[in-house]
Amino acid sequence: MATSNAGSNDPSTTRRQSKRPKYSKFTQQELPACKPILTPRAVISAFLIVTVVFIPIGVASLLASHDVVEIIDRYDAQCIPTNVTDKVAYIQTPGEKPCTRELHVEKRMKSPIYVYYQLDNFYQNHRRYVKSRNDEQLRDSGKANSVSGCEPEDDANGMPIVPCGLIAWSLFNDTYVFSRNSDNLTVNKKGISWKSDREHKFGSDVFPKNFQNGSIIGGGRLDANLSLSEQEDLIVWMRTAALPTFRKLYGKIEVDLEKGDVIKVNLQNNYNTYSFSGKKKLVLSTTSWLGGKNDFLGIGYLTVGGLSIFLAMVFTIIYLIKPRQLGDPSYLSWNRNPGGH
Amino acid sequence: MMDPKTPCDSSSNFDSFMFNSLSRRSGISTQSRSSVRNNSIREVSFGHSVSKPVRYGSKGADSEALSTSQKEISDEDARLIYVDDPERTNEKFEFAGNSIRTAKYSIITFLPRNLFEQFHRVAYVYFLVIAVLNQLPQLAVFGRGVSILPLAFVLLVTAVKDAYEDWRRHNSDKIENNRLALVLVNGQFQEKKWKDVRVGEVIKISANETIPCDIVLLSTSDPTGVAYVQTINLDGESNLKSRYAKQETKSKLVEKERLNGLIKCEKPNRNIYGFHGNMEVDGKRLSLGSSNIVLRGCELKNTNWALGVSVYCGCETKAMLNSSGAPSKRSLLETRMNSEIIMLSFFLVALCTVSSVCAAVWLKRHKDELNLLPYYRKLDVSKGEEDSYEYYGWGLEILFTFLMAVIVYQVMIPISLYISMELVRVGQAYFMIGDSRMYDKATNSRFQCRALNINEDLGQIKYVFSDKTGTLTENKMEFQCASILGFDYSSAIESLENEQVEYSVQADGKIFKLKMMVKVNKELLQLSRSAFANKEGKQIYDFFLALAACNTIVPLLVDTSDPMVKLIDYQGESPDEQALTYAAAAYGFMLIERTSGHIVIDIHGERQRFDVLGLHEFDSDRKRMSVILGYNNNSVKIFVKGADTSILSVIDKSLNADILQATETHLHLYSSVGLRTLVVGMRDLNVSEFEQWHSAFEAASTALFGRAAMLRKVACNVENNLCILGATAIEDKLQQGVPESIESLRTAGIKVWVLTGDKQETAISIGYSSKLLTSNMTQIIINTNNRESCKRHLQDALVIAGNQMSVPGVSHNSEGSSDAVSTPLALVIDGTSLVYILDSELEEELFDLASRCSVVLCSRVAPLQKAGIVALVKNRTDDMTLAIGDGANDVSMIQMADVGVGISGQEGRQAVMASDFAMGQFRLLVPLLLIHGHWNYQRLGYMIIYNFYRNAIFVLVLFWYVLFTAFTLTTAINEWSSMLYSIIYTALPTIVVGILDKDLSKRTLLKNPQLYRAGLRNEAYNKKLFWLAMADTLWQSIAVFFAPLIAYWGTTVDVASIGDLWTLSVVILVNLHLAMDIIRWSWIIHAVIWGSIVATFICVVIIDAIPAFPGYWAIFHAAGTGVFWICLLGIVIAALLPRFVVKYIYQYYFPSDIQISREAEKYGNSRDNGGGQIEMLPVSDAPPR
Repeated sequence: MATSNAGSNDPSTTRRQSKRPKYSKFTQQELPACKPILTPRAVISAFLIVTVVFIPIGVASLLASHDVVEIIDRYDAQCIPTNVTDKVAYIQTPGEKPCTRELHVEKRMKSPIYVYYQLDNFYQNHRRYVKSRNDEQLRDSGKANSVSGCEPEDDANGMPIVPCGLIAWSLFNDTYVFSRNSDNLTVNKKGISWKSDREHKFGSDVFPKNFQNGSIIGGGRLDANLSLSEQEDLIVWMRTAALPTFRKLYGKIEVDLEKGDVIKVNLQNNYNTYSFSGKKKLVLSTTSWLGGKNDFLGIGYLTVGGLSIFLAMVFTIIYLIKPRQLGDPSYLSWNRNPGGH
Repeated sequence: MMDPKTPCDSSSNFDSFMFNSLSRRSGISTQSRSSVRNNSIREVSFGHSVSKPVRYGSKGADSEALSTSQKEISDEDARLIYVDDPERTNEKFEFAGNSIRTAKYSIITFLPRNLFEQFHRVAYVYFLVIAVLNQLPQLAVFGRGVSILPLAFVLLVTAVKDAYEDWRRHNSDKIENNRLALVLVNGQFQEKKWKDVRVGEVIKISANETIPCDIVLLSTSDPTGVAYVQTINLDGESNLKSRYAKQETKSKLVEKERLNGLIKCEKPNRNIYGFHGNMEVDGKRLSLGSSNIVLRGCELKNTNWALGVSVYCGCETKAMLNSSGAPSKRSLLETRMNSEIIMLSFFLVALCTVSSVCAAVWLKRHKDELNLLPYYRKLDVSKGEEDSYEYYGWGLEILFTFLMAVIVYQVMIPISLYISMELVRVGQAYFMIGDSRMYDKATNSRFQCRALNINEDLGQIKYVFSDKTGTLTENKMEFQCASILGFDYSSAIESLENEQVEYSVQADGKIFKLKMMVKVNKELLQLSRSAFANKEGKQIYDFFLALAACNTIVPLLVDTSDPMVKLIDYQGESPDEQALTYAAAAYGFMLIERTSGHIVIDIHGERQRFDVLGLHEFDSDRKRMSVILGYNNNSVKIFVKGADTSILSVIDKSLNADILQATETHLHLYSSVGLRTLVVGMRDLNVSEFEQWHSAFEAASTALFGRAAMLRKVACNVENNLCILGATAIEDKLQQGVPESIESLRTAGIKVWVLTGDKQETAISIGYSSKLLTSNMTQIIINTNNRESCKRHLQDALVIAGNQMSVPGVSHNSEGSSDAVSTPLALVIDGTSLVYILDSELEEELFDLASRCSVVLCSRVAPLQKAGIVALVKNRTDDMTLAIGDGANDVSMIQMADVGVGISGQEGRQAVMASDFAMGQFRLLVPLLLIHGHWNYQRLGYMIIYNFYRNAIFVLVLFWYVLFTAFTLTTAINEWSSMLYSIIYTALPTIVVGILDKDLSKRTLLKNPQLYRAGLRNEAYNKKLFWLAMADTLWQSIAVFFAPLIAYWGTTVDVASIGDLWTLSVVILVNLHLAMDIIRWSWIIHAVIWGSIVATFICVVIIDAIPAFPGYWAIFHAAGTGVFWICLLGIVIAALLPRFVVKYIYQYYFPSDIQISREAEKYGNSRDNGGGQIEMLPVSDAPPR
């Protein structure tokens, strides 16, 4: 304090101590910058670009979607014998519940043909459900006892369950056997799950233990001699679906199916969706670059593209009728009505 | 300017107490001690306006108020100090020691205290409640760590910052406490550490040393007992103030004989301008005032040594007691924002209600299935008997769902906004300070941002209340004219080249030079040299002698690089006196030395010594001061100097009537050109007169009670029948660029009111010269001295105003219509009238009138009235008020206004200390408001709306998903991503844009001040924008959520994959939305926007690469499919389309002023040569159909 005070008497020190802020483009907020303005030209060009991009993508998506051949067969109602009145009781009784379905191929299907089961109204994303698993236990054979989060399927008869939790407990267990003209169609069930899951999430030395031994059976059983990383149906099932209507990959048929083929499906109707009136469907589908059959994206893109070209034209017309000179000071509020308002 | 290491730094906000005392307007009359000081003659409040004495000069404590000394200090309110007997002093009461502690925490108390302080912020409490809710096992939506993390992070960062600051304070405390002071111990002075100094000890301070604690002066090296102190550490004023030791103690030698004194003084308090107590020495009772106490932190100057007894130590010193924060202000934008925050809370409650009600309905419909439902499984048989697993019955389930919903949707209330806003304001402040336009070369002062939470208010100022002296004018007084014996000598007019004479005298082989150059009138200079040549010469001699002697200026000799040359620096509290003393010196009457007993004046190379027999300080009743000089030849003269009215009334009118008349004409002339005038008179005192005066003066100055009044009476008795010597005129120069600035501000729609303590004529003349008043204005002047006429005047004025308003057919709504009136009105009102108006029912009428006038000039207003006028406007409108001033008398108004601006000028730094922003000159107000204020407002207004949108869209996406999860508050978006959303994914761009983006260049904003009105019209933040943004949010969230939902309906997609898609699309969308509104794309903005998007991708990839999460590797699977990318592109375009269209239509067909100016900035040059047409032609080749 004292020094600066004394220094101010001396002009040379004052100059040295000048507090003038250092000049730089940054501190003066004068950095070179591009200042885009929504001119009619830019806006109309933008809409045209959107049109040019979106309409081809939309068309391509629609074409891809139309190339996909899909056979969907809902069987939950039909696979209950007609004399059964209490569907839930029927499905809960142990024993085989065979059922035969016939699928008609309307269009040639090129291999690989994916076999899915589709469940409706099944909330795999329910809060109680998605959390009801223990990833440590699945990955590490030494952590068989870590069952936290798995309640109420954490242990049975005093022993921890591997794999624990509601997700594993409710494993889907309908089975399908396909035949065409009495030739068996092999369903390849290898590689239906994610490689990353097999290698990192489900341990190759973790074996099912004490599974489905409780008093309430939720779904499928597991082969206690196969490690979890080989139980691909479980791995697929445990990748919980995001939406209440979902498909899960069951297997792949690696031969082409011709138009007019009749596929006979021998299925075991074991899984209980009757207690909550969920639907079960069997789906055979080819695939395209876009995935399965889905017209929504194509339609959506065409709509946006169409809207863009429409707007481009409207704006062009309005511009031609009533242009405004950009930056014309006569539009400024204080120039428009000099007498005030 | 404060060194942060000194403990007094913490006292930088000491003025807040002034505010307190000033704002208690009703109670002011009962207040005995006034904390308001006036530094110079002209800013004097009317004595009777409020019964509040204003003191002038450094000895003012004696004249402060009679009530001070009359008031007995009762024993329980007093502290008793036995001089030089610290043991006895400290045995009964525990007075604080002198060790200070500005540090807040110790190692043990740090954690609890710091947390306690941090949780004073509502935002943190909200954070905490949500985090605690999440810890309940039934409500654990997020993992425990995840939910605590953001709060812990913020707390940690703040705690580290606080700890660092506190560590620095610890260090500076240590340095401070270990400084050494000379303390009298057993009759000998010993060095003691400051922290060991106790109350009651006698301390010796040498020149240029800092005072360790508050001490009462006992004696000084000066035989008269005067000591000069510099209070720059305390109030920033660099001039010297004199303090006095009591007559009875000044001659005692404490080393030799023990001083048996008892000081009885008030309890420690914060008033640094007041002190009262008394001292019993040798059976005599002496009263002590604030001129007898020297406060901790001051420095002793110009005095070899001083002895004092410590009365307040350590944390009880006045400097330490004043170290509290200024009252914090809230910006208008933030206040307005609150209503929208409440709206968002309603949305939050609504979303939670919908979720919980739907959940309840779902549970009811599936009541019978719940036991075995594979994804619910209420039945728990694992523990043997049947049990319900995590099911608590209807009521609780609904409640839990509701609370869980609150946790999930918590970001609907944009808590991060508060933190971002603070960061943005810090950034804006950085650029405001760094702006070279805001630097003032003359005072070498940068712009200072003292308040960090009202930056954006600068963009919405409607009223500017300005002080005049030092704010509009430079407050560098220049002696301009003198009228002696009826002759006018004008230095400015005669010497056109403005010759500045460097006057110097030689004595003792040394050359004495003046520190400042003074313009002189050659003719007068000649005449002054011919002293005693004739009667005229004699008069001129007396005139300049009066100027040199009749003041309280202390000459300081400053060494220069040349050892032979000494600079004379005149130190004093009044710049007018300084100017007069310099002028006198330039004409050969150089004041060389002043003690309380005599002065030495060098008159044309001949040193003369005069005894100062008496000095009557300036006071606001007399409005003059006088000094009684004893000549070598034993003759005694009294010289009086003061305001024209006050002197002219005591002039002996029988003498020199024509001179008197001529002088009066000159006075009128001077004040009409805006000069500040003073009249000087003198009288010979004969022996009997002198004796009479002397005994009265002695009696009065030793009186215990009513001393001030008695002294005043003595002064009045002797100051009469004066012979007029002449008049002086001092120019208070307008600051550079003031008229242009005022013009700019008015074009911008800001009303400028000038509040000054000056005379009305001076105020009006300054009004004209600053272009505030123009000749086409109708002036309404209200000068009254009673309530009735005041009322009548107001009503008449309202009628005139009403007529004026009705002519152009303007509505009586005063909003912005003032400049539309054909003849603008100017209201000129004086302080006396305001006494009757403020705090009465007439306030309403005054406001009515004033709001219709384009200019309001208030003259002769007291500091408190300034605050009252600001309050008058502030309480009646929502408009923002700004007060700008430089002196202590502006502190109240600066504190009262929404935005206070201090000028770091001549009059000390109290205004700066009280202000929110401080700068060097008035003209910098223009860039401050028009550029930075405009930018800050536009940026922050946009930022608030954007943050609402940014958080709401995320919450809505979460909400829509809940509708598809049986209403159970599952989040598809990974919990880490939810937490990082407002921390990493989207935080930086909005902050950087809030700091850096600018809608218009500085040049355009300065050229078209009208653009400022955008802020006055609330264009950047209003209800309409809020609702538009919310509608846009709704659409965008629908686009984001439902496109993937439909595209992935009935497919194998898993929660993590679709969650990643939603995360990425929301983040990209939100960032592109911002990008669309950015006006200037510099490389920083590019880096931040695209960087955030890239960072999001990286974070999502990292999260999905952790095998412990259920979503392991999802992004890689999802990104490998075409649907993912097509969805992403489609979402972003479709979501932004409506906004884009609306934005374009608004900008092109309903352009705002800002938009047009932006276009003009870009295309302005080409427009003149028709380039604008060419620019748009290609559009006509429209797309073919």
